[in-house]
Amino acid sequence: MAPNTHVTIHSVSKRFGGVKALIDIDLAIERGSIHGLVGENGAGKSTLGKIIAGALRPNEGEIVVDGRPVHYVTPHDALAEGITMIHQEIALVPQLTVLENVYLGIESRQAGVIQKRDLRRRFEELIARSHFDMPPGVLVSSLSVSNQKKVEILKAVARNARLIVMDEPTAALPDDETAKLIEVIHSLREAGTTIVYISHFLEEILSLADTVTVLRNGELIRTTPTQEETPESLVLAMLGRSISLTFTPKRFPPPDAPIVFSARDLCREGAIDEIAFDIRAGEIVGLAGLIGSGRSEVARTIFGADRRDAGTVMIDGRPVKVDSPSEAVNAGIAMLPESRKDQGLLMGMSVGHNVSLPHLPIISRGFMVERGRELRETTDLLKELDVRPPQPAIRVDSLSGGNQQKVLFAKWLFRRPRLLIADEPTHGVDVGAKRAIYRLLTSLAEDGIAVLLISSELEEVLGLSHRVLVMRLGRIVAEFVDSPDDHSSLTEDAVMRAAFATK
Amino acid sequence: MSSSDTPKVIPAEEQRPRRFSLGILSDYGIIFASLTVFVILSILAPAFFSIRNMLNVLDQASQVGLVALGATVTIIGGGFDLSTGAIFAFSGAVAAFIARLGYPGLGLAMGILVGLALGLANGGLISALRVNSFVATLASGLTIRGFAFVLTAGLLIQIEDERFAFLGRGRFLQAKISVYFFAGFALLVWFLLSRTTFGRYVYAIGGNDEAARLSGVRVGLVRTMTFAISGLSGGIAGVIGASHIATGQANVGMGIELSAIAAVVIGGTSIMGGVGAVWRTLLGVLLLQLISNGMNIINVPPFYHLIVQGSVIMFAVAMDSIRHRGR
Repeated sequence: MAPNTHVTIHSVSKRFGGVKALIDIDLAIERGSIHGLVGENGAGKSTLGKIIAGALRPNEGEIVVDGRPVHYVTPHDALAEGITMIHQEIALVPQLTVLENVYLGIESRQAGVIQKRDLRRRFEELIARSHFDMPPGVLVSSLSVSNQKKVEILKAVARNARLIVMDEPTAALPDDETAKLIEVIHSLREAGTTIVYISHFLEEILSLADTVTVLRNGELIRTTPTQEETPESLVLAMLGRSISLTFTPKRFPPPDAPIVFSARDLCREGAIDEIAFDIRAGEIVGLAGLIGSGRSEVARTIFGADRRDAGTVMIDGRPVKVDSPSEAVNAGIAMLPESRKDQGLLMGMSVGHNVSLPHLPIISRGFMVERGRELRETTDLLKELDVRPPQPAIRVDSLSGGNQQKVLFAKWLFRRPRLLIADEPTHGVDVGAKRAIYRLLTSLAEDGIAVLLISSELEEVLGLSHRVLVMRLGRIVAEFVDSPDDHSSLTEDAVMRAAFATK
Repeated sequence: MSSSDTPKVIPAEEQRPRRFSLGILSDYGIIFASLTVFVILSILAPAFFSIRNMLNVLDQASQVGLVALGATVTIIGGGFDLSTGAIFAFSGAVAAFIARLGYPGLGLAMGILVGLALGLANGGLISALRVNSFVATLASGLTIRGFAFVLTAGLLIQIEDERFAFLGRGRFLQAKISVYFFAGFALLVWFLLSRTTFGRYVYAIGGNDEAARLSGVRVGLVRTMTFAISGLSGGIAGVIGASHIATGQANVGMGIELSAIAAVVIGGTSIMGGVGAVWRTLLGVLLLQLISNGMNIINVPPFYHLIVQGSVIMFAVAMDSIRHRGR
């Protein structure tokens, strides 16, 4: 074993019931390095991370830390070895301050009384040691997500963690905050901390990690120095075959296609101002802009989810009343919300009940749900959208992210809408599911549905939209039209300049 | 679609590692528990296992059972109704008040309707003001009980008319009328929750009201209706209670809402909302009643009943928590 190896994993396997989540994994993690873990959803990245951090126990195999085999029973045992994990969801107490969270459970105390002054001193030392600043007295609930992540890192450092497993630390972060967090991770490495970094973002892994391990279906495909990899080579390894990341050529709606949707002078104080645009049948309109520019707020206002101070929403040229989501649904508007777990799906309910929820009145006789018809129609739809498995009875939270997102599509396609608003439709899904969703959006537009697409991934907006509206500070500041014969006006550069308002 | 997106069905066990067997026990524990108690009592006390005693148990359980059925709806919908005890008293008082004027049938009907109306008012307030239902019904319960004292002037309203006592004492075939009301209401609630659009909406708002709203569910309306059903259950139980003792009074039904919530929880309906079932509540009610009935039969002094009941509730809540921990 190399002297600089921090953690070695020998032939580790993990089963959940009959399903093999990890199969015979061998891995060595260098001390003081950033080790990336990539793979599709369900490939076993998080499971491996949890085993390293003692949150799960392997069924077979051995874990060696600093040359000694370890047998963790709880994450606490791993922490005693200086190993901890920062989970995807933030695990801080929002009502407490930064300082209180960082030292929660390890406070300096004398006869049970917390020594505040001593805590302050320790905190200042901690800040000095970790090279990043954070006001100790601020409530965690008032911090941005990236700063909350930093507090979690501080918390780990305060517990003398020498190896930190980070599961998708940037998944919920806008680009500028991601950059800040990455700086912090760099400084941790400089201080000698080992990082196991799990992420969907290949570019991020490639720029950050020293070594990258690819997992596929619970098996370790390869571990290589990062400079030998490219996004394409990683995708290839993750999928087991080549997949093109390019988009299919756009099919444009005829220029005289009828206008299906119009917004006029939509205003909501403090969020959006004088929003006006049309979408034709078969047209995909992309809404671009930085986080906080008002993109999602436009969607929510059109859908009646947020109160609107002024403005009109029209379908087929006629004003419709959309003061609530239920009125929007009846007017033929569907919205896939930004957050699948919190707003889109009822995670504890079955797939079928999720799909039919907005449409119960049309599959009911009186107040009685026609359950046979519901089962038939939802099953057909799940098959059509290639949800796997296409079983309405299983709980939606037992599906992978990509399949959950397809269930969300099924929910809003049960009754074909006139306008489909898709807010971050590919958030947190793997490459294969992304492709399927792109194809789905394209084919829905070809069927004559007006599509409003919102995404933080500019590539996606440009690759799918026939027209892109750029928002800044709650207003539409630019419009770029793609056309069959001239693709020169809709470029990444032009959209970014408009979003940042630089010339 | 490409074959790259192979299905990754995450097995249930992954979400709750090492708790699989306990999971089944806690999911269906109420069935095992009821059966166990039933068998033990049948062996210990020959008098227990008879149709007569069974019908007796059902009658004793009917008032708290009705309230528990109402509580099942509010709890699945993500709320709590602490005012049903007060509604119980007020409905009974209204029934007796009208019966004393010479209209026993009208009195009983009005008592039930008043329960429904108070429930609607609770739900309307909670939805319109967007206040926490626990606190709101705590407050409205105090108010309603206050009105019950005002209506009865703090006295007993005793009704001599035989017709008034029919609901609480009368029999049809071998069973008390109250048992039919209990069974009928159970059927109604079961039908509403598992067969109607309303039922689906109740589960949806209890699971995640924002996701339900964004699915086009009219959350306020559905929530109001859950409290209306709870109020109705309090009204029916209240008039049965008043009819049973042929008296309207303000200080009955104290804590019945808590026994009802306990029965719901013991059945395995989650206090977190969004999941649960009527059969669970029925078993929860029966288990509590069997325990107290059985302890009577085998001559356990009454104050031990509370200790046993408390322990059973604590056990049920622990099971609920274990089930949630994994998720």
